[in-house]
Amino acid sequence: MTSTPFPSGAISQVSGRTVVLRGNDIDTDRIIPARFLKCVTFDGLGAQVFADDRSEQNGEHPFDRPEHQGAAVLIVNRNFGCGSSREHAPQALLRWGIRGVVGESFAEIFYGNCLALGIPCLQASSKEIEALQTAAEAAPQSSASISLEPAAIKIDGRNWDLSMAADAKNRLLNGQWDATSQLLQQEQALQDTAARLPYMQGFVASR
Amino acid sequence: MSTATLYDKVWALHQVAELPSGSTQLFIGLHLIHEVTSPQAFAALKDLGLSVRHPERTVATVDHIVPTTSQARPFADGLAEEMLSTLERNCHENGIHLNGLGSGRQGIVHVMAPELGLTQPGMTVACGDSHTSTHGAFGAIAFGIGTSQVRDVLASQSLTMNKLKVRRIWVDGALQPGVFAKDLVLHIIRTLGVKGGVGYAYEFAGPAIEALSMEERMTLCNMAIEGGARCGYVNPDQTTFDYLKGRPHAPSGDAWDHAVSWWKSLASGADACFDDEVKFDAAVIAPTITWGITPGQGIGVDEAVPTLEQTPEEDRPLAQEAYRYMDLQPGQAIAGLPVDVCFIGSCTNGRLSDLRAAAAVAAGRQVASGIKAFVVPGSEQVAAAAEAEGLDAVFRQAGFEWREPGCSMCLAMNPDRLEGRQISASSSNRNFKGRQGSASGRTLLMSPAMVAAAAIAGRVTDVRSLPPA
Repeated sequence: MTSTPFPSGAISQVSGRTVVLRGNDIDTDRIIPARFLKCVTFDGLGAQVFADDRSEQNGEHPFDRPEHQGAAVLIVNRNFGCGSSREHAPQALLRWGIRGVVGESFAEIFYGNCLALGIPCLQASSKEIEALQTAAEAAPQSSASISLEPAAIKIDGRNWDLSMAADAKNRLLNGQWDATSQLLQQEQALQDTAARLPYMQGFVASR
Repeated sequence: MSTATLYDKVWALHQVAELPSGSTQLFIGLHLIHEVTSPQAFAALKDLGLSVRHPERTVATVDHIVPTTSQARPFADGLAEEMLSTLERNCHENGIHLNGLGSGRQGIVHVMAPELGLTQPGMTVACGDSHTSTHGAFGAIAFGIGTSQVRDVLASQSLTMNKLKVRRIWVDGALQPGVFAKDLVLHIIRTLGVKGGVGYAYEFAGPAIEALSMEERMTLCNMAIEGGARCGYVNPDQTTFDYLKGRPHAPSGDAWDHAVSWWKSLASGADACFDDEVKFDAAVIAPTITWGITPGQGIGVDEAVPTLEQTPEEDRPLAQEAYRYMDLQPGQAIAGLPVDVCFIGSCTNGRLSDLRAAAAVAAGRQVASGIKAFVVPGSEQVAAAAEAEGLDAVFRQAGFEWREPGCSMCLAMNPDRLEGRQISASSSNRNFKGRQGSASGRTLLMSPAMVAAAAIAGRVTDVRSLPPA
């Protein structure tokens, strides 16, 4: 588990050692099996991340390998985080120590959940991901760094360009990834929107 | 960019503001909550000193953790009991209506809200559950959200969202007898892949879609997310209006007429433009079943597990992992594969018409020896309606257990789960590794009628070729 503070404020870069998890379509049931969702806080989830995959691999899972303990940068493949909307999945990764994820693609709900926690998810092509996974695996002890602007990752002295959706990047760079206060600023617009929706008036007011 | 689709119209109506980041602030018309993904959201709200903005637009139920044998309180599982009592307290403190156990209205959240008439065309619907796409069956824009977003909806009745592209899935022809909406959606996902829908809303349209009942449309939209599409929808039509009329939360009197004319105005018009379109022919679809560890690894019941040569190169590592995990050989016929457990239920296929289809197969037949077969109605209302027409007796006489409503073995957050390497025929929505509660348990997804046929035969069987009862 990590002693690194949780994300706060503006986020422009993430640095730390890497952990590579290969495979397409890794779903959130694998990231955190459903039995661990029986909880009313997220606090204990760090130890349970990938519980079943780890037990199947008997200590050889990347999240169990000694060289990856304390890693902050996760490198994955295609459609990572598909399936269940459980925020418990990025919460478990966060509590294990992950602060940034790089992959070929991400499932949408997972991506949004990561953003809401201040975990940037950046992308590169399938070939580039393959190459940077290989580079990361060859240098598990060296610290990698992700920057958001320009979107890139540096591993063992080599720089790789990444991509990131503009709105997510802006929200992280501006420290507005935690949306609540921003949403509450639009008081008049919220009232106006509710007023123009016929179902909000029980379909009785004329439009 | 799409224009004049239902998605575009509903999006525009619910747009609160353009945020500085470039995202849209979107108003949420109906917020559904349950015991698993809401407690941390309420705790966060409290920490921020905020209250629920529109408690009357949020409706709660309990579904994931409830036992399906005895629902007496307190539950034997202390954690499950704590989750339900936390939900009860949060609803009470915030003035949110909870359709609790024994209320007559409890059920799986995606069964409960439609049958009460809460889900209506033209709404935005959000819930901390990925299968919220179900509600798109009504021509709503409905999507799953995480717990931080549940907090945001509680606080502001809105979300930061980015507009999706719209892909029309046009389905010609008609489904053959013995082929259901479940088969159709499994066929669509095997064709377009589990990530094919990422970045898209799916509009399901065409003669085969128009012919579907509301419950079948719900099955279809429910699994849009398994194809990567966060939301899927069907344009509202007379089938939609007939279903809604007279339901407890549906408008009535003059309001009903106003509502219908508004709902009609939202459907994608002849002038609608889509970002993409894919066409299917319903008539060629066979009962479809998954053989692997993602909902995209599906085949017709008359087909064999695909070989590596038949698999696109990028999907081969996953196919190899699936052969190993499922203990299946490439080229092996799926029909005839023995099963251990047969589960009928879930937000995909736990509605009355699903139970009727399964009961029609079970009637006068017997579950094969050694098979554990059980039926879990999707809600208290579904259970009552099924019992009123004697479906529970049909199932019991055939050797199925008849249970209390809940999510049950779809995701095994309750006592219903696979053990060890057991293999299940399941009418649910996910065949992920470990999904049904055993880290090595295996799942074959199929329609309720196909699950019933598997229970009778003790193995995967084409429901169309079952010998007469």
